[in-house]
Amino acid sequence: MSATYPPTIESTMADPALQLAVYTATGRLIAKRKNAIGGDLLPDFEELRTHANALKRHTIENLDYYLEQVERAVERNGGKTVFCRDGDEVADFVLNLAKERGAKLIVKSKSMTTEEVNLNERLEHHQLEAVETDLGEYIIQLAHERPYHIVAPALHMTRYQVADLFTKKLGVERETVVEKQTMIARATLREKFLAADIGITGANFVVAESGSVVIVENEGNARLTSSAPRIHIAIAGIEKLIPRAQDSAVFLKLLGRSATGQPLTVYTSFISGPRRARDMDGPDEFYLVLLDNGRTKLLADADKRESLYCIRCGACLNHCPVYRKIGGHNYPWVYSGPIGAIITPQFAGVQQDPWLPFASSLCGACAEVCPVKIDIPRILLELRSEVVEGKTREGSNRWELLAFKLWAWVMRRPKLYEAFGMLAASVAPSVESGEAGPRWIRRLPGLMNAGPAKAWTSERDLPPPPERSFRAMWRERTGTVRH
Amino acid sequence: MAVRVSLFVTCVVDQLFPQAGMATAEVLERAGCIVNFPEMQTCCGQPAFNSGYRDQARAVARHFLDVFNDAEYIVSPSGSCTSMTSHHYAELFRDDPQRLEQARRIAARTYEFSSFLTSVLGVEQVGARFPHAVTYHDSCHALRELKIKDAPRRLLANVQDLTLHEMDAAEECCGFGGTFSVKFPGVSGGMARTKIDSILRTGAKFVVSLDSSCLMQLQGALSRAGSGIRTMHLAEVLASR
Repeated sequence: MSATYPPTIESTMADPALQLAVYTATGRLIAKRKNAIGGDLLPDFEELRTHANALKRHTIENLDYYLEQVERAVERNGGKTVFCRDGDEVADFVLNLAKERGAKLIVKSKSMTTEEVNLNERLEHHQLEAVETDLGEYIIQLAHERPYHIVAPALHMTRYQVADLFTKKLGVERETVVEKQTMIARATLREKFLAADIGITGANFVVAESGSVVIVENEGNARLTSSAPRIHIAIAGIEKLIPRAQDSAVFLKLLGRSATGQPLTVYTSFISGPRRARDMDGPDEFYLVLLDNGRTKLLADADKRESLYCIRCGACLNHCPVYRKIGGHNYPWVYSGPIGAIITPQFAGVQQDPWLPFASSLCGACAEVCPVKIDIPRILLELRSEVVEGKTREGSNRWELLAFKLWAWVMRRPKLYEAFGMLAASVAPSVESGEAGPRWIRRLPGLMNAGPAKAWTSERDLPPPPERSFRAMWRERTGTVRH
Repeated sequence: MAVRVSLFVTCVVDQLFPQAGMATAEVLERAGCIVNFPEMQTCCGQPAFNSGYRDQARAVARHFLDVFNDAEYIVSPSGSCTSMTSHHYAELFRDDPQRLEQARRIAARTYEFSSFLTSVLGVEQVGARFPHAVTYHDSCHALRELKIKDAPRRLLANVQDLTLHEMDAAEECCGFGGTFSVKFPGVSGGMARTKIDSILRTGAKFVVSLDSSCLMQLQGALSRAGSGIRTMHLAEVLASR
């Protein structure tokens, strides 16, 4: 019965400091989002979500057209589009370019897509240093961890942990004031910005018509990353396309509010190719890397391709009661929370981590807040049935399958169903009477304390069986006999 | 003319919480309905559906559709089971046009108990008295799939001597989630405790909801914690005098 989920879930649950950090941080993001939408501030928020969903649907359904269009637009702007099948191809491209240009140092701004393909490690492996410049990303790079959260990579760390980390890795005096910690990182990173040969950014949106890359951020590091070094490489999944520049208005209204409760982030950059003759600054070379890495496989699946609408706002993580308990690192991939639970199995195959789609109470809070209206619970249910189909094929769920077959057989036979109910009630332990009726059962005796009953009573008491079922009471009330 | 209602009590209420079912019938009768209980009913099929066993879920769903095929109205004391039949059967029978049509026809006449009272019968005052402080738990499927938020609160507001204390986490999941509760007991139990913290902050003595399965989770966790707070189905509160 028990799914083989990572044992680290238990240790996360048993760490009160971590539990508090995650619950508080996500709670703050929930409150900020709530304050930024609805009411007088943005009464048409729900319509924006519907509009965004329609735009994403249109783009994803016509992605081939927009991919060709963006390639032409980027070229027109003086840049170059590079299509990469997977992480190897991304790393090869960056490494070759760095070699050709004699580049030694890369600065990076926050990008989940590069986290997805472990770009930093791949580059490091070839002695090419890539430094994260977003504060949260910088912290987890120093800590050799992967992002805990799509938007807030170091959400799980307290300022005291950051203080220790900085002392250990940067050799600075212990500093626990957040503003001062920021200044420490800033001083270190300024040097890197000035020395870097290549800047790598992600992209929140890529405008197909104009070839522009749209980047939202709060620290200004992405703007520096894309303009200070000689070469700018923007790396994005192919699903990040939007048709026209004006469509970004819809998404920008939704993204900041859904992610951090900001009407707009501090910086919103539209970058359209390398520096032009009359530009004050900007890179000499611009590359747009468009990554597949399994996305075309999702695209081929009409039932679940809406998973590609995601704009990586992280709202589903913040609102997910499961994420808020198990945190970001128990998810198998860099994408955590509800969105991670639906895209990870689709990228890696459902049998890779079969427990993942089941780690949800299907409460639907994720779908309720998703700015592009991805029906995450529906997709989780689809994935569950795919896991079961796979297990049934390989015969690894024989007992569970038998149990459900037996259950379905009984459920179509009301008399048998009633007899089973009476049998279960008759073997239940006798219950003591409390002030408010019979007491609930702490654990079942002997051999009955097994399987689901044991799992249930590990955390909760069991209801005492009633004297009679509803149907028996109903028969008595209406004076009818059992047919 | 009196409204004829077929009660779908759900297997959880039938086997574990029959008082909630009896209270549902009583309140409906007081509101002028003629209530019947089709005895062939069992379960809606949700446990199998949520566990990925769609063939088995379909078999049980077909049984449900056959039992309730001719019902005028189907009323259930559960948001979750109502949503299973009125929302998810469409998914389950997407490749079976005949059953799909039947499921849609029946779904249009299927209601969760509180929304049936307020939106079909137009009843918000049932003449109940319950002299206690209560807090209301929004069950997820009622709230998010059936969009039921105000109906139970309006009904509670009209109960004599009852005071409603809203909790800050009213819309947060209790952690039950069907088989989730036994596949991930630690996470599920943790979610229940978070919910209970919110309940305790209200000072209420009763937790009311319209799903017995959520209440089983919450009462199970409250009882384990040694708390004297009790859970009660909305129908039981509305049947009190």
